[in-house]
Amino acid sequence: MNFAPLTLDLAVLALGLVLLLLEAFDNAKEKSFLGWISVVGIAAIFGMSFFATTQTAATGQLAQFYTGDALALFFKRFALGTTLLVLIMALEFRPVLSAYIPAAGKNAGLGEFFALPVFTCLGLMWMASAIDFVMIFVALELVTISFYIQVGYMRRSGASLEAGVKYLILGALSTGFFVYGITWVFGVTGQTNLAKVGEALRALPPSGATAAYFAMALLFVGLGFKIAAAPFQLWAPDVYQGAPTPITAFLSVGSKAAGFVVLIRVLGPFLDAHVTSAKAQLVLAAMALLTLVYGNLTAMPQLNLKRLLGYSSIAHAGYLLVALASWNAATTATVSFYLTGYLLMTLLAFLVMIVVQRATGGDNIAHFNGLGQRAPFLAFGMTMAMLSLAGVPFTAGFLGKFFVFADAVNARQWWLVGVGVITVGAGFYYYLKVVRAMYWNVAKNTEPVTASRLTHATIGVLVFLIVLFGVYPAPILNALK
Amino acid sequence: MLNSLPILLIVLPVAAAIAILLGACAKKTALLATAVNLALTLALVFGYDQAKAGYQFTSSTLLAPQWKLSFALGVDGLSLILLLLTAIVAFAAVWVAPRPEKLERYPSLYYACLLFIVAGATGAFASLDLFFFYAFHELALIPTFLLIGIWGSGDRLTAAWKITIYLALGSFVLLVGLLALYMSLPDDVRTFSIPDLQALALQGGIPQTPWIYLTILLGFGILISLFPFHTWAPSAYASAPAPAAMLHAGVLKKFGLYGLLRVGLPLMPQAAQHWTNLLLLLLVGNILYVGLVTIAQKRLDTMLGYSSVMHMGYIFLGIAAFNPLGLTGAAMLMFAHGLSIATLFAIAGAVRERTGSLEFAKLGGLAKPMPFLGFTFGLAAFAAIGLPGFANFASELPIFFGAFAHAGKGLAFSYYQAAGIVALWGVVISAVYMLRGYRATFLGEAPKRWAALPDLSCCLRPAIILLLAVLLVGGFRPQLVLNLVAPTIKAVLPVPAQ
Repeated sequence: MNFAPLTLDLAVLALGLVLLLLEAFDNAKEKSFLGWISVVGIAAIFGMSFFATTQTAATGQLAQFYTGDALALFFKRFALGTTLLVLIMALEFRPVLSAYIPAAGKNAGLGEFFALPVFTCLGLMWMASAIDFVMIFVALELVTISFYIQVGYMRRSGASLEAGVKYLILGALSTGFFVYGITWVFGVTGQTNLAKVGEALRALPPSGATAAYFAMALLFVGLGFKIAAAPFQLWAPDVYQGAPTPITAFLSVGSKAAGFVVLIRVLGPFLDAHVTSAKAQLVLAAMALLTLVYGNLTAMPQLNLKRLLGYSSIAHAGYLLVALASWNAATTATVSFYLTGYLLMTLLAFLVMIVVQRATGGDNIAHFNGLGQRAPFLAFGMTMAMLSLAGVPFTAGFLGKFFVFADAVNARQWWLVGVGVITVGAGFYYYLKVVRAMYWNVAKNTEPVTASRLTHATIGVLVFLIVLFGVYPAPILNALK
Repeated sequence: MLNSLPILLIVLPVAAAIAILLGACAKKTALLATAVNLALTLALVFGYDQAKAGYQFTSSTLLAPQWKLSFALGVDGLSLILLLLTAIVAFAAVWVAPRPEKLERYPSLYYACLLFIVAGATGAFASLDLFFFYAFHELALIPTFLLIGIWGSGDRLTAAWKITIYLALGSFVLLVGLLALYMSLPDDVRTFSIPDLQALALQGGIPQTPWIYLTILLGFGILISLFPFHTWAPSAYASAPAPAAMLHAGVLKKFGLYGLLRVGLPLMPQAAQHWTNLLLLLLVGNILYVGLVTIAQKRLDTMLGYSSVMHMGYIFLGIAAFNPLGLTGAAMLMFAHGLSIATLFAIAGAVRERTGSLEFAKLGGLAKPMPFLGFTFGLAAFAAIGLPGFANFASELPIFFGAFAHAGKGLAFSYYQAAGIVALWGVVISAVYMLRGYRATFLGEAPKRWAALPDLSCCLRPAIILLLAVLLVGGFRPQLVLNLVAPTIKAVLPVPAQ
């Protein structure tokens, strides 16, 4: 087998269409088989992706819009892996979901719930390959619009609707900023292809600097919304708390990763060009500082785990921005590794949370009281997720922070290093709050909490990967070469 | 074959912990694992070729070439005595730990946590790679959090949060210092390998930037409870269950000191000189200020907690003296103090189990119903004070000599000597609080309600006897420890000529 990465995108597209057609023309009562089809389909394509070969040589018309380089292939796998886990969660989440959908039958509306993530996945994969502003924009819209629907999916839940509206309005606004930024970039450079934009920026006379700064600032605003970086983070906690939990997981991992891939690709030209590099780094450092402080400090008093993870996702965006602000040749590797660790630990936390939410009826930290007795394995999985998020050694989360701090020390970003150390301490507090609830506190109800075998197996695999990448980062670092 | 011994020492407790979590008989498995560990450690000690010195039993696996990061293990005299300390204290701690059926909640998790602490400490002492040296130590943080939080006594919630967040912060400060050290090297010689870094330091290839050493000193200092970063320790040790306090105060806290001897001083000797006066000032804080605070304690457990903070001052004095005498003494005192404080915490734990409280006002006369505990507590207290015959004395003496070897100009005392004099007064201070604590707990009229309390059961006594026996052997035959430590100290430290 030897095929281009584009094949993967087309396969996902075909899978999505098949799911929609099945939903429309099949009258079966039980719609969850659609979920299984999507899981199996995405898993198969994920497996295929390891046989795809990277393609960097420019061939044909598409080459100036679309690349199949190592970074693209890596983030295609990332998107597929995320989607796979989100679909597994969606299967586990079914009962909660149907409670909040107008009842035209028990399974009404479930079909689309399994088809939409597949289309989002397509958008994420396309975005990973996009090297032209127009293409980036189209891919971004495919992701964002499918998310608008998914966030507000639970029509009878006020919180979900509120989240949907907030995400729609702020998302549309940020898209506006992004498009406006693209037009300014075009105005300054006359190009939309990123490589050519880079050339034009390097050749830019100092007199054009102001316009370039403005273009850059607009792009920062647009992308800042996507990755939930301060000061554009206000939507995140409400949306995360209101959205159906699998979608929250998808948002906090998939959407964030996509934002960072675009940021890496878009920033490259600005950071390499003499005229703009100093300012770009300054803005990044300032955003990183704000995001770290805001995300970590606001996470500390949270009592709702979903909201806590929302703030934690802001905090992790802060660490990722620290890596970007310390731009060097290895930044892409650092960011990719950090995001991979973030994917594993965040999705693990969400997976356990969905099971607990179904069993206890809520997602406050107090709902986890005594989980160590009620479900030792689930509690163990959650503990590993929290330890990795906090940054305890022998987890992928620690190694990610290790690389970020190493880059920051190397770049002499002392402010970021100093604040980073303090925020890590804060992180230990709020992540261990969950561990405390599970082991220190006693549950009123001591019935065991059960989960499907697939969920148990998935938790086991995620824990294994978290520990494996915590001591052996080579597979990820090498995948980017 | 023998080279895989160090890794076996780490894997064994982890495997035992997993087995226990999966349902194996908790106490027997843990005891077996720690006993085998002790035997293997003894094999290492006797198998170590003292004539050759240097690192032996080494093994290395490259993990991340771009960072020159490997999983490298190996031992020399210094790490050997700390591994031995770990193995002895671990064995005793598991021995005196309560039987699983006596624990209200998560009995298997209790033993698994203890074993994870053992694995973390062993890994840290046996690692020859900075990354894993650091990582293994932090591995012990979470089990401590759980042990204090779930099974602790008194104000366990505050204590658990305080120690965890304090130590996490300290660890990350240390990480920044180590990364800054790594990044300050030229591109082509950057490595995390401790032997390679030491070789580089001997050639003068490591930039001696004072603030990098300060960051490292601060990071390690927080972990060692250097004044004024000591406030996490007493409350945590007071609340922790006895085996956890034994392992943490006895073994884990030595990690920071070990780090200074293994990494800080050998790699940045000149930069270290820059901060000697600051260190002397802070260690006087440890000895004098914390010493006086210790006297004021009204509970046995907090008194022991503060006393363990205070005794760190002596070890710092040896490190600050930075001559063969002082450093050897410091290394030996790490060993001796670990044993004596572990014994004291074990006995205090047994007393708390019987009386339910460790407030001096409520205790008294316990030597009558519990002669064994009273007698052994007395011995351990004498050891902690530094009476001749115990390993502590044999280690404190060279430290004082080492400090006094730095003569001042003319007749005036040098700062070293001034600190040494304060430290000598510290011996008096520790005599005061230890004897007061002993009197308040074990001597005097026994309240009637304590009269029927049972003494330590015969099957738990060997654990205490083992700890005390090693202390006595170290006191009468200090050369056994000295012979291991001294060559390492000489080989590793580019000590300035006297």
